[in-house]
Amino acid sequence: MPAPQQNLLPPAFRDWFAARGWEPRAHQLALLDAADRNASALLVAPTGAGKTLAGFLPSLTQITRRRNRRGLHTLYLSPLKALAVDIARNLETPVREMNLPIRIETRTGDTSAHKKARQKTSPPDILLTTPEQLSLLLSHKDAGEFFGTLDTIVLDELHALVTSKRGDLLSLALSRLWALAPQARMVGLSATVREPETLARFLVPQDGITPQAEIVTVQGGARPRIGILETARALPLAGHTALAAMGEIYRAIEAHKLSLVFVNTRMQAEFVFQELWRINEQGLPIALHHGSLDAGQRRKVEAAMSAGKLRAVVCTATLDLGIDWGDVDCVINVGAPKGASRLMQRIGRANHRLDEPSKAILVPANRFEILECRAALDAVEEAAQDTPDPRMGALDVLAQHVLGMACAAPFQADDLFAEVTRAQPYEMLTRIRFDAVLDFVATGGYALKNYDRFARIRQGTDGQWRVSNPRTAQQYRMNIGTIIEATMMKVRLGRMVKGTDTLRGGRILGEVEDYFAETLAPGDTFIFAGEILRFEGIATNEVIVTRSKPGTDPKIPSWAGGKFPLSTFLAARVRAMIAAPAEWKKLPKQASDWLAMQQKKSILPPRDKLLVETYPRGNRFYLVAYSFEGRLAHQTLGMLLTRRLERLRLKPLGFVCNDYALAIWGMSDLSASIEKGRLDLDALFARDMLGDDLEEWLEESALMKRTFRNCAIISGLTPRRFPGDEKTGRQMTISTDLIYDVLRRHQPDHILLKAAREDAATGLLDLKRLSDMLARVEGQILHKPLARVSPLAISVMLEIGREAVYGEAAETILEEAESALMDEALA
Amino acid sequence: MSAANATMQTETVIALGGVDFIADVSGALFDPATRTLIVADCHFEKGSAFTRLGHVLPPFDTRDTLIRLEAVASRLRPKMIVSLGDGFHDRAAALRLSEDDVARLHALARIADLVWIAGNHDPEAVTTLPGHSVMELALGGIMLRHEPGGAGDFEIAGHLHPAAKIAGRGRAVRRRCFVSDGRRCILPAFGAYTGGLNILDEAFAPFLARETWRIHALGRERLYGIAPALLLND
Repeated sequence: MPAPQQNLLPPAFRDWFAARGWEPRAHQLALLDAADRNASALLVAPTGAGKTLAGFLPSLTQITRRRNRRGLHTLYLSPLKALAVDIARNLETPVREMNLPIRIETRTGDTSAHKKARQKTSPPDILLTTPEQLSLLLSHKDAGEFFGTLDTIVLDELHALVTSKRGDLLSLALSRLWALAPQARMVGLSATVREPETLARFLVPQDGITPQAEIVTVQGGARPRIGILETARALPLAGHTALAAMGEIYRAIEAHKLSLVFVNTRMQAEFVFQELWRINEQGLPIALHHGSLDAGQRRKVEAAMSAGKLRAVVCTATLDLGIDWGDVDCVINVGAPKGASRLMQRIGRANHRLDEPSKAILVPANRFEILECRAALDAVEEAAQDTPDPRMGALDVLAQHVLGMACAAPFQADDLFAEVTRAQPYEMLTRIRFDAVLDFVATGGYALKNYDRFARIRQGTDGQWRVSNPRTAQQYRMNIGTIIEATMMKVRLGRMVKGTDTLRGGRILGEVEDYFAETLAPGDTFIFAGEILRFEGIATNEVIVTRSKPGTDPKIPSWAGGKFPLSTFLAARVRAMIAAPAEWKKLPKQASDWLAMQQKKSILPPRDKLLVETYPRGNRFYLVAYSFEGRLAHQTLGMLLTRRLERLRLKPLGFVCNDYALAIWGMSDLSASIEKGRLDLDALFARDMLGDDLEEWLEESALMKRTFRNCAIISGLTPRRFPGDEKTGRQMTISTDLIYDVLRRHQPDHILLKAAREDAATGLLDLKRLSDMLARVEGQILHKPLARVSPLAISVMLEIGREAVYGEAAETILEEAESALMDEALA
Repeated sequence: MSAANATMQTETVIALGGVDFIADVSGALFDPATRTLIVADCHFEKGSAFTRLGHVLPPFDTRDTLIRLEAVASRLRPKMIVSLGDGFHDRAAALRLSEDDVARLHALARIADLVWIAGNHDPEAVTTLPGHSVMELALGGIMLRHEPGGAGDFEIAGHLHPAAKIAGRGRAVRRRCFVSDGRRCILPAFGAYTGGLNILDEAFAPFLARETWRIHALGRERLYGIAPALLLND
């Protein structure tokens, strides 16, 4: 990188910096220099480094200088609508103070149709928007005209975007923008990541000609001051409530101006919030913020934070990303951090100034989490990162894009293939797969029937593909985007009408996933919106609840609402720590004592082997495997292992898992079976379980069906459901579960099933991680038969009754319902 | 889990008007005395009907439904197969059938008499396919018709696509079901793309006496009797 020079900054800007007592930072000048040479750049910097201003400075100076002032100059894309609006507001300050002739506007789902139309005829200099709005703009015929003048494209929070299907959609939109505005320069803004080189490839066409983006790295400023909360009370062996630490958390809140209390699930957020208020003797203003609360309520909390009216906010990942709502001076992370990079970003929310240390407190909720917190803390001290690997572009997203491109203009298949494979996530896409997706978009890609008459896009005699009718374009625009919210149901507080037993609807408290509401029976109690509520019933698609009597315990504990599995990186560190007693001195005594007990009563899980313990307890027999692969992979493993045990007639009854291990129990003595050679653990854990066993399970797996549903909606096979659709009747759509069953039986190699399988591999089933693990432990299983449960095993056992228990649930539930009928008959 | 139940599998009998019908796990109802097999709401070509509206759905639903019908027919060897209305999703559905599926229907017609009872989706007589078209059919003292609520003491009907929902172990299970009250039996929909209507829905109220109703939900290998007290709303 050539030495950045001060004179890259025009006098007006230098004066403005000087007037505020600021010096342009080195990376801000580096980006100006890159812009001067028309080079694309990726800025990798920790929070608080002035990333946004750095990203925009070149645009601000260029627009000020440009003579022919017409058309869109800079396009800014953010993963969050709110962030785009926030950045626009922040940019207005220098523009106003320097009196720059620059028009800045946002375009989101909330922008009025009138304003959107005006933006088309008279584009602003800088437009801030989201990936979905970009795709929508690109699907119109005038996209070339609108984007043709582009000079700079800024992608914010790139590290967060690229790990999802939204990143795939964005990459495809970029591939079209590169065709419409080949002169445009790319600027990426990212938090610190493991492999910036890989991320930089997302930014420019992967065509072998375009130079890769330059990487400008800002080293972390002051080291964060992080501590693990050492509570005097013994931590439980399992559970995630951190109840024991609540007093200490409260005292930390007292000692700071504004604390963010991060938790991993919404249910945990509800619980911590309630416990803090229980001991809130001083009546400190403590608020709650998570994705299921009513949007209006969330906005209120955010406003109160900005206004400095709050002392603490208990929140989930909803506050992970880059909006500054206030002067946070302490971050408290309750529970295990699950990933080192995630933890660093959360810590970065405190003290948004680079040169001052952020202050953070980690609060483990059980003994395994002590190990995980320690591992994460070590990682943060070494600045080691565990951001995920780059993804392969999803096929359902490609299908959506292909249809959008047909809506924009007729295309030749060869040209579009060349265009989309310039996008980094799709650079390895084969022509065969592209053609299969094109065929799917056109007529469904089915082997059986000729659907040409219903084609959505058609190839003309000139070889060009065109959209068949205006209705198709309309359907495409209704369906744009990759975010499939679980269908949510509103939770309404009902009130008893005095002197009667009828309920009257009161205010809306928020939303829960419909699959959670489905499991509730009238009278069940659960925590939501900071209260213990009693489920009364469902009326016109709303969950009706009442406040339960004070002192009632919530009966339903398992409203998970977003759980992250433990990262492979942290898992490896935790495993290494357990296997090395010399390291234990870094741990609190209760953790090292616990591990020492394990060493004495059983053995320690070795680093490179899979420890399997078997033991009896009560009239049941247990098998615990310490695989350290995270909850999702463990769930899949548990499903497959119980199937195999059942086939061996070893009568498994169910299993539970946490991030570290899984426990299966059943009616038959597993230790004896292993000793007699009836059960061979190597065969039980053999990799071929990912063959037929997996296939058989996928046939009925609810997780797989949910994955397929998302693919069906994103690819445009079935329409999204909109609020109110339910009322117009069930005949409007065919359930994707039925479609999945039928397609799987009759065309198992269909492109959409492939798409769903690829999603499942990294998503809800975490097959990739499971398969890597099974390969690693082949011939490396260490069996330890025990007379009783081991100290480590207790922590998994305690999940029983707290977590959902898996088995062949659907049939079992039916069976139990039938026996209830028998009881009724005999009564 | 389920291994033990395979041996417990027994026939599920639904008694109506002096006849002991066998409710089959496929969702079909069988009268062993007359060897009559009854299926409701096949909705052939529902997939292609939706495809015409712009959503290009997998076109295998008719084939899937017919393969399941063949399977139950080869097990129970009926002399007569009755489609209890809405056998076809719309008036033009019969014309959209693939050649294969037409051949399948002809093959079925060679082993049993096919009777097409009219439904609201297929009110007109089937002319291009084997079998007789009727408005309703009497089986001894029992009336077979599409929509429940007609004349007569005993009735077998479809139309409503009954489904039962129960919960347990932290999740809900919703299955198609037979529902009967000694006077009337409403069959689950047999078609591959047909949804279900919760039997607690008020649409069922006029036709079933809840004091005496029996619910049999379709499981993977057998039917399960469901205690009404456990039923949940959607």
